[in-house]
Amino acid sequence: MRTALASVVALTLCVGVAQADTITPEDVMFDYGEVAQSLTGTPGDAANGIKVMTNRGLGNCIACHQVTALEEYPYHGEVGPSLDGAGDRWTPEQLRGIVANAKEMFPDSIMPSFYKRSGYIRVGDAFTGKAPANESDITTLLTAQEIEDVVAFLVTLKD
Amino acid sequence: MRKAALHVAAGVLTLAAAAPALAGENDPLIINGQIEITTRTAAPAHLDGHLSEIRSGWTFRTDETQVMQMDDFDNPAMIYVDAATDAWNTVEGSADKSCASCHEGPESLAGFRATTPKWNAEAGAVWTQEMYVNNCRTERMGAEAWDWNGQDMRNMTALLASVSRGMPVNVAIDGPAAETWEKGREMYYTRFGQLELSCANCHEDNYDNLIRADHLSQGQINAFPAYRLKDTNLVSVHNRFRGCIRDTRAATFAVGSPEFIALELYVASRGNGLSVEGPSVRN
Ligand code: HEC
Repeated sequence: MRTALASVVALTLCVGVAQADTITPEDVMFDYGEVAQSLTGTPGDAANGIKVMTNRGLGNCIACHQVTALEEYPYHGEVGPSLDGAGDRWTPEQLRGIVANAKEMFPDSIMPSFYKRSGYIRVGDAFTGKAPANESDITTLLTAQEIEDVVAFLVTLKD
Repeated sequence: MRKAALHVAAGVLTLAAAAPALAGENDPLIINGQIEITTRTAAPAHLDGHLSEIRSGWTFRTDETQVMQMDDFDNPAMIYVDAATDAWNTVEGSADKSCASCHEGPESLAGFRATTPKWNAEAGAVWTQEMYVNNCRTERMGAEAWDWNGQDMRNMTALLASVSRGMPVNVAIDGPAAETWEKGREMYYTRFGQLELSCANCHEDNYDNLIRADHLSQGQINAFPAYRLKDTNLVSVHNRFRGCIRDTRAATFAVGSPEFIALELYVASRGNGLSVEGPSVRN
């Protein structure tokens, strides 16, 4: 009982800390498409980045991108360029900017803006086809930490 | 036993006969060995600067799916055409009439599918096939309107398409229809939903590319209604639109809404020059 309580307190503290350091979508500073500062202050977890990139309900990046290192996860699309070597072509700051909001780097890109939660036309409640009860309840497609996790994986893609 | 052997032999024969016809994206589609379908042609003038060639969705499908559409005996949509033919001849409503009472055979409406949606002067609006069908039911037959996306209506649109197969799509975009067409065009290029995707993002800028495992087509509707193998039933144009817009994480529009009527006219006009091909088979 006491341990359980302690861990609840610890958890609450953790969440509190994470929120304090997390940059909200509205406060992200883009400089020519790149974002210098970590969105959370917590280093990204590349293994979770793989999960985010391959999961249809999360980033689903491979729907549009071929990635040789992710070959075991079918199916890879060809709408965007292959991400092989992306860690050579881009700095971590540029990669963070691209994943957070690709349209800052590539104007009018078809790539979704993963760290944005307003300014849409007829935004829906996920894939229900219905309007959300409250538009201000719309959450970003990926969380700040998920973006950091994806970036941690992308930097490993070297030729 | 002998029967089974025969069956296998027949199967092998059919396969052998069909083998040369197994179609690539450049091969012609000829239905029942006689109806020639234009599946690739020059884009209509209004698409200048957007597309040079227009292609039926058939050219993007696998050999196995393509071949199902080459013979009505293999086309799973044809049972719905048969059901609609029965409905066509069935007297219903307070006026004691069937479709046949006024129109005789369904072939009398050949060409109708090729030119709808179209301006209806009496109504002062652009009308789709569904609206014409329901108008006949309520005003001439004294029968109940069918649900736009119901089985009866989808079957009837399949019958109406089938009698126009091979005719070029030719919807009017000028004159009184121009305003509706313009609305539809604006929608086509609007990036809806949280994924901020327009029809054009996928079907103009990225057709022929794979998105995950899906081979993106030009999103043409010349072949609707389509029998979707995934749904094992006919799918109406508006239901397909509804699904696509929902998949952009948007609040979608309703089947039969003024927005989808405008979008249908615009998308149909992007296929002006392709043949009417419905009911088709798609994955
Ligand atoms: C709907 C398709 C689509 C999705 C989904 C998508 N992207 Fe992209 N992405 C693109 C396109 C297209 C480009 C090329 C830039 C442009 O012209 O818009 C691109 C560019 C990129 C680039 C720069 C590529 C290079 O090396 O030149 C990176 C990195 C990237 N995307 C990462 C991601 C990640 C990570 C995800 C998932 C979180 C993702 N993308 C999801 C379409 C997509």
